[in-house]
Amino acid sequence: MTTIPKIRYSRRSMLKTGGAALAATALPAPMVWGQAIKDVTLRQFGTGVSNLNEVAEKVKEDLGFTLEMTALDSDSVTQRAATQPDSFDIADIEYWICKKVWPTGNLQAMDTSKIENYDKIVGIFRDGKLTPESTIAQGTAPHTVGFVEGVDGKEFVDTESGWMTLIPTIYNADTLGIRPDLIGRPIANWSELLNPEFKGKASILDISSIGIMDMAMVVESMGEYTYPDKGNMTKEEIDLTLGIFTEAKKAGQFRAFWKTFDESVNLMASGEVVIQSMWSPAITAVRSQGIPCVYQPLEEGYRSWGGGIGLSKSLSGIELDAAYEYINWYLSGWVGGFLMRQGYYSAVPETSKNFMTEDEWGFWFEGKEAQGDITNPFGDVMEKAGAVRDGGSFYDRMGAVACWNAVMDENQYMVRKWNEFIAA
Amino acid sequence: MLSNRHLSGWVLASPLALVLVIFLVAPIVMITVVSFWGATEFSIYPAFQFDNYAFLFGSDVTYRVFLNTFKYAAITWVFTLLIGFTVAYFLAFHVRSLKWQIALFLLCTIPFWTSNIIRMISWIPFLGRNGLANSTLISWGVIDEPLEWLLFSDFSVILAFVHLYTLFMVVPIFNTMMRIDKSLIEAAADAGASGWQTLWHVIIPLTKPGIMIGTIFVVTLVMGDFITVRFMSGSQSANVGRMIQNDIGLLQYPSASATAVVLLITVLMIIGILLRFVDIRKEL
Repeated sequence: MTTIPKIRYSRRSMLKTGGAALAATALPAPMVWGQAIKDVTLRQFGTGVSNLNEVAEKVKEDLGFTLEMTALDSDSVTQRAATQPDSFDIADIEYWICKKVWPTGNLQAMDTSKIENYDKIVGIFRDGKLTPESTIAQGTAPHTVGFVEGVDGKEFVDTESGWMTLIPTIYNADTLGIRPDLIGRPIANWSELLNPEFKGKASILDISSIGIMDMAMVVESMGEYTYPDKGNMTKEEIDLTLGIFTEAKKAGQFRAFWKTFDESVNLMASGEVVIQSMWSPAITAVRSQGIPCVYQPLEEGYRSWGGGIGLSKSLSGIELDAAYEYINWYLSGWVGGFLMRQGYYSAVPETSKNFMTEDEWGFWFEGKEAQGDITNPFGDVMEKAGAVRDGGSFYDRMGAVACWNAVMDENQYMVRKWNEFIAA
Repeated sequence: MLSNRHLSGWVLASPLALVLVIFLVAPIVMITVVSFWGATEFSIYPAFQFDNYAFLFGSDVTYRVFLNTFKYAAITWVFTLLIGFTVAYFLAFHVRSLKWQIALFLLCTIPFWTSNIIRMISWIPFLGRNGLANSTLISWGVIDEPLEWLLFSDFSVILAFVHLYTLFMVVPIFNTMMRIDKSLIEAAADAGASGWQTLWHVIIPLTKPGIMIGTIFVVTLVMGDFITVRFMSGSQSANVGRMIQNDIGLLQYPSASATAVVLLITVLMIIGILLRFVDIRKEL
């Protein structure tokens, strides 16, 4: 570990630690932490969506310690979490990645009694139900990989055991993004992705574990096949799904595949593509360029994903305390507000409310008509007064989730087949 | 005394040998070793098994991807050679003063002051459906509909390759051309050779080593590339480099290593064949 506060016996540092010691004798214990914690550096890595420098700056301001952020794509994130446990302190990963990475033992479970807002975390991440009446969607639902028996637990348990693998941070319901101006008619089904009408103007993401789910939604919508569990396909189902898409690829249905957020924005904004799998903030990014783009709610429902932060096995002592402090801060609302104003949802929406205006809350969370201009955290105008969020309120959107991003038992087979699809 | 001379020879050669062993031989040995290992979804384990190679040679995707890689290399080679030779010929024989030769040669290298990736990506907005190329052609009335094949196609991949790698052809060819004794060309002219005959019978044979070095550069660069193919084909085409990259992304290091070993052997074979045509050592 390189981040343990180094004790250097220079005159300056002696003065500083001397000062801290004086303060410690005069004040209760937390103050010692309060001083020493300033020297702590936590290294966090994750996908670009939540690894934002603004968060690191705010951490420095509110908590005093340094948070180093590294943003990578989903594949690299998995790779790093699985193979380089010493290269990070905090892993910001998705729940399906957790299912893959947890067995390596590189992460430690978190004691929920130390999480202040634990009781306020949305049900999806605890018992799996958004509301008591909700049904649980297919795929790797977050609560199924959210808990283990103890701090060293290897097996996931299906109760709220008090030991959490990941503290949920953000999540969303994904669907297809479209360019209404270039399509010119209503789109209501996933099957439209393979509609020959959009030949050479469609795209899908080249991240196998997510792409296969979008494909499954399309195949089901086309009426070709109904999966018992889209999140855990058999070999035959994988062959069938990729077969349909390989055929479409050979027929020239796709303009390109994208792997990063920016690529999806560019494809859409430049008009290369008019319908594609997309992520919510990518839609906002296209729209903020003044180009119409809709995150189209579809009859079959959404494909949802959730991310959370996990702690590296090697975290201990003051850094572990700092990490818990960071998690509590994360759930206390500022980050939630910051992310919700970009179209994501926070794990504890009610705390985020304090960091949003009533109009913002109404627009993003409640699905109400915007009263005035809705701006993103960077000050760009996202929507004008009168706009309504695509898909409606939080409960409308998260209540219509058809499946969660998943990792399958036949994952290796699927990955090989996916590679063949890309090379076909 | 004799043993002493032997010793100093070894000592003199050892720094280079050491560097080569550490940075070239050892990694290749490592890759070869790992190519026989096994992999689970998130870890690799030491073993001696042929699974990776069996899967590689058993899948028709491999053959298609290798074929595609050869195709890119061959087409890129033809274009970089034609353009590179012409540019070098112009610089070496048409530009008379050394000052201008150097100035124009440096001009060729200016694009290399920016990043490889930037030069490649800047083609994307240019070639796009609503890009500069298409809108210009439409406004001139040459075409009515935007040309789809300009971007995210084999055309755009090869265009980017040619753009990126032509200089690697220009430099060695220009270098050998500058060494050609001008009196040979005068002699050819005196003997009544036409311009084309001089080019074909005098200049090209004498430029062969440069062409060969340029060829090796271009072929190895194209064979090993992954990022140009990914960006310029919109992830729609695959070459061997992308296959390796995908495997690495999915933590399948042994399978990636096996592909890398096969690619390495293939490239070495190509270079071996090329070197049979020209003995670079002798010609230099």
